[in-house]
Amino acid sequence: MREKLVYILAIVGAVLLAWNLYGIFTVLPDEAAQGAIYRIIFIHVPAAITAFTGFFIALVLSAIYLKTGDLRYDSAAASVTEVSFVFACVNVATGSIWARIIWGIWWTWDPRLTSMFVCLLIYFGYLMLRKAIDEPTQRARLSAALSIFGFVDVIIVWKSIQWWRTQHPSPVLSIRTGGGNIDPAMEHMIYRDLLAFLLIAAAIVLVRMRQEMIEREIDSLRRLAHA
Amino acid sequence: MNPFFQALSVARKDLAIEFRTKESLNAAGAFAVVILLLFSFVFDPASPEVRTIGGGLLWLCFAFGGALIFNRGFARELPNECLDALLASPISTASLLIGKAITSFVLLLIVEAVSLFVFGFFYDVRWWLHPLKLFGVCALATWGIAILGAAFGAMTVNLKLRELMLPVLIYPLLLPLLMAAIELTNNLLMNQVTADSLLWGRVLLVFDIVYTSLGIGLAEIILVN
Repeated sequence: MREKLVYILAIVGAVLLAWNLYGIFTVLPDEAAQGAIYRIIFIHVPAAITAFTGFFIALVLSAIYLKTGDLRYDSAAASVTEVSFVFACVNVATGSIWARIIWGIWWTWDPRLTSMFVCLLIYFGYLMLRKAIDEPTQRARLSAALSIFGFVDVIIVWKSIQWWRTQHPSPVLSIRTGGGNIDPAMEHMIYRDLLAFLLIAAAIVLVRMRQEMIEREIDSLRRLAHA
Repeated sequence: MNPFFQALSVARKDLAIEFRTKESLNAAGAFAVVILLLFSFVFDPASPEVRTIGGGLLWLCFAFGGALIFNRGFARELPNECLDALLASPISTASLLIGKAITSFVLLLIVEAVSLFVFGFFYDVRWWLHPLKLFGVCALATWGIAILGAAFGAMTVNLKLRELMLPVLIYPLLLPLLMAAIELTNNLLMNQVTADSLLWGRVLLVFDIVYTSLGIGLAEIILVN
């Protein structure tokens, strides 16, 4: 049942993504000011939202682990964080490519970009911390605490374009602006891409969760053998 | 006993040990001064531009010096199972964490005071133009560094790679606070208190409140094995 779900999520996500890419490159016109490079927004924004959704889910799963002590929630939180970290890297990489074309530079130290970079470092630290601790309960407890501490930066990234004057473009989605900042067809495509990304992310998370659980079982068997 | 007085007892114990041995204080103070000295080879110390980047230089020294203090905070309790004894005592874990943070706060303020004098002397920067405001910035930012330092010092105390993991974990989390402290200190050194200063002041305050609350809330999880 679980394997079937992984396949269904992955196939639906991949087909939807392929269909979206066809629409992005052949149906939607170039943007008036930016030309063809604006299309990177269809990867950049959904990747960011997928990453932040994942970090939020990891926060909730970490809190549930701390409440219940059930290591399955820890495995889930770690898997979600790993996948979200990859999507956050995609977000930064695509943003950097866009900046090189539009601004002429790969990177600028404005509050949005800086806080996002900090976010990557925090979650990289989370992954490092998990590797540094052998004992499963201690690893789960401390990484859950770090997930809660780290999420504060996600809020800073999210709100940074409102709190500071940034070089990063203002929000475009009507859910944040009330509408009028983006063509409805383009906005619709962002949401479709977001759905595809979320489905693919969910499939990868399920695979990673399975690997985490198997790893834990092997580890406990090894401990038993040593004892 | 009131949890606040419990925290003060922990801090008093740690400060008494520290003032007797001076192991963290000497190391952190010397390290901060050495970094300030190294900066003099990176740019022209006589240049007026030093004032525009002075805040950054100072807070980098404080943050790096601080890491030496946090590393010792809980590690000091490891020999003879003192940490287990502290956890078994009637002191709450939150009080223990706050006590450690108060210790780091006091020690870091001493390092900052020494560094400010050295900085003013060698780089001709007039940091005393707004002494009260500068003290306010230092106090707020140092508390933020101290509480996160105590929390992560506790988290990493039993790790094999403690010295390596602590800076990797703590510096990214400290960046918003360091950015705010650097901006505010630069404004004070350049005698230019602007409307933006209020925003950065709020960042410091919110950072302190959020991380102190999280530290108190998660103290049990962080400390109890």
